[in-house]
Amino acid sequence: MAKTIAEINEKIKTGKAVVFTAEEIIRVAQEKGVKQAAREVDVVTTGTFGIMCSSGAYFNIGHASPRIKLGGGRAYLNDVPAYTGLAAADLFLGANALPDDDPRNRFHPGEFNYGGGHVIEELVAGKDVRLVATAYGTDCYPRKRLETWLNIKDLNEAVLFNIRNAYQNYNVAVNLSDKTIYTYMGMLKPKMGNVNYSSAGQLSPLFNDPFYQTIGIGTRIFLGGGTGFVAWQGTQHNPTVPRTEKGIPKGGAGTLAVIGDLKQMSPKWLVGASVQGYGCSLTVGIGVPIPILNEEILQYTTVTDADIYAQVIDYSDAYPQRRPDTVAEVTYAELKSGKVKIKGKDVPTAARSSYPRAVEIAATLKDWIQTGKFFLTEPVEKLPGAESGVTVKPLRERPIEG
Amino acid sequence: MAVSKKVVLRFPRRMVERPIIYRLAKDYDLEFNILKASITPEQEGLLVLELKGNQAEYDRGIEFLLKAGVQIQSLSQDITRNEERCTQCGACVTVCPTGAFKLDPKTQLVIFNNEKCIGCGLCIPACPPHAMEVHF
Ligand code: SF4
Ligand code: SF4
Repeated sequence: MAKTIAEINEKIKTGKAVVFTAEEIIRVAQEKGVKQAAREVDVVTTGTFGIMCSSGAYFNIGHASPRIKLGGGRAYLNDVPAYTGLAAADLFLGANALPDDDPRNRFHPGEFNYGGGHVIEELVAGKDVRLVATAYGTDCYPRKRLETWLNIKDLNEAVLFNIRNAYQNYNVAVNLSDKTIYTYMGMLKPKMGNVNYSSAGQLSPLFNDPFYQTIGIGTRIFLGGGTGFVAWQGTQHNPTVPRTEKGIPKGGAGTLAVIGDLKQMSPKWLVGASVQGYGCSLTVGIGVPIPILNEEILQYTTVTDADIYAQVIDYSDAYPQRRPDTVAEVTYAELKSGKVKIKGKDVPTAARSSYPRAVEIAATLKDWIQTGKFFLTEPVEKLPGAESGVTVKPLRERPIEG
Repeated sequence: MAVSKKVVLRFPRRMVERPIIYRLAKDYDLEFNILKASITPEQEGLLVLELKGNQAEYDRGIEFLLKAGVQIQSLSQDITRNEERCTQCGACVTVCPTGAFKLDPKTQLVIFNNEKCIGCGLCIPACPPHAMEVHF
């Protein structure tokens, strides 16, 4: 018999909701069978914790006296430039932003020790952050310079807004060339010396709801240690990719844009990241609850690492040149064993996203639901699905005639 | 006075072919034991040696290496992991040339075994949250 989200919330209120993580549910469904499990289980919790580059935050710092119009001026937070194309007291900071004087890759591979992601982590940790801003001055906003400490508790709003997170599947990276390369997938040794991957696999949110039957716009989630919401489909949302018989995308597919109050979050779940030779970023923890409304939805949450395939891509050539060639197809079960066989060679693997932390997120969300601290929401709109025709398009360059 | 020390030698690609260790033994009468030898991802030679001999000869031998352009690190340099900062991402596992990081296949936890560390420093910039720290 089908359940509704309202019924599940009623059970959460009375402390009777039955919740398992996406890892635990695999065994539960094996023992009880899908039919009975779907009847008994109310929610399955998922989790992922990895470097998510399209992350950022916006702030309203309050009006200074005399007033200054940051919009159209310049602003730096701990020397990291923030975006000032908004109104007088609003700033947006992207996780990849770098101080103007960072050496970047001048000495390759650059270290990228401090950037936007680190500023966000420090703000969340309650540390003071230095704002230096300049403006052009207007009759109503006469001031041209502002230097002040900011603390998250004094900001009117501090909102994490990530425009593409929680990728449903991702490339697996190797390097077929004969020199070491430094990529956003980590250091890749020559001649396929290692394999790097980045997904929580069976615990990852969108693998557990592959057709976005329950996760949609307005879904309440665990975000950075606080609660947040799915705001929209993420950029590059690409639901129409090839899938396995069980509906699991075999390559990068759906993504989520997420939003939440930074003031509730914790530096344990939002960690500034330095990616050698690549740049700065933010490691983000996300957990999404899946309401078990029927058997089909439960069936999808029983996905295991052995069911999930990913494409091995050469990051020395095919990736940068944007060629579709894949080197091999492997499962997450193989990747997590520590080595995979590709073209007859045993290659050691390393993760970029933390499975132990994903387990902890799913367990935390489970605890929040069981103790009545977290209620489920009905999505207000569905994400574009596999039949939507939505695809991610490459850039079609059109030369500008002089 | 007799000494016995462990050192990490790093030499640039142009020197990989030169018989440096042979000269150490022949000209400075140092006894050596190769603990590890490899070519790092930057195509440098990496050699971890235990050197035994007379203190004066040892000092002259080290001077010879430095003059020849070899970088020398003493193994007393200690690398530790800040457990609070480590996010258990796993990025270090295939970076470390000596296998000091091991993955627990069941929990996917990354276990750091300081005993295996030769202090090469490769994991320091490769660790995204800067959890690996050097102490001198
Ligand atoms: S790379 Fe750093 S954060 Fe990741 S597992 Fe290794 S020590 Fe921990
Ligand atoms: S310094 Fe880091 S990479 Fe080098 S041996 Fe020690 S643990 Fe391994």
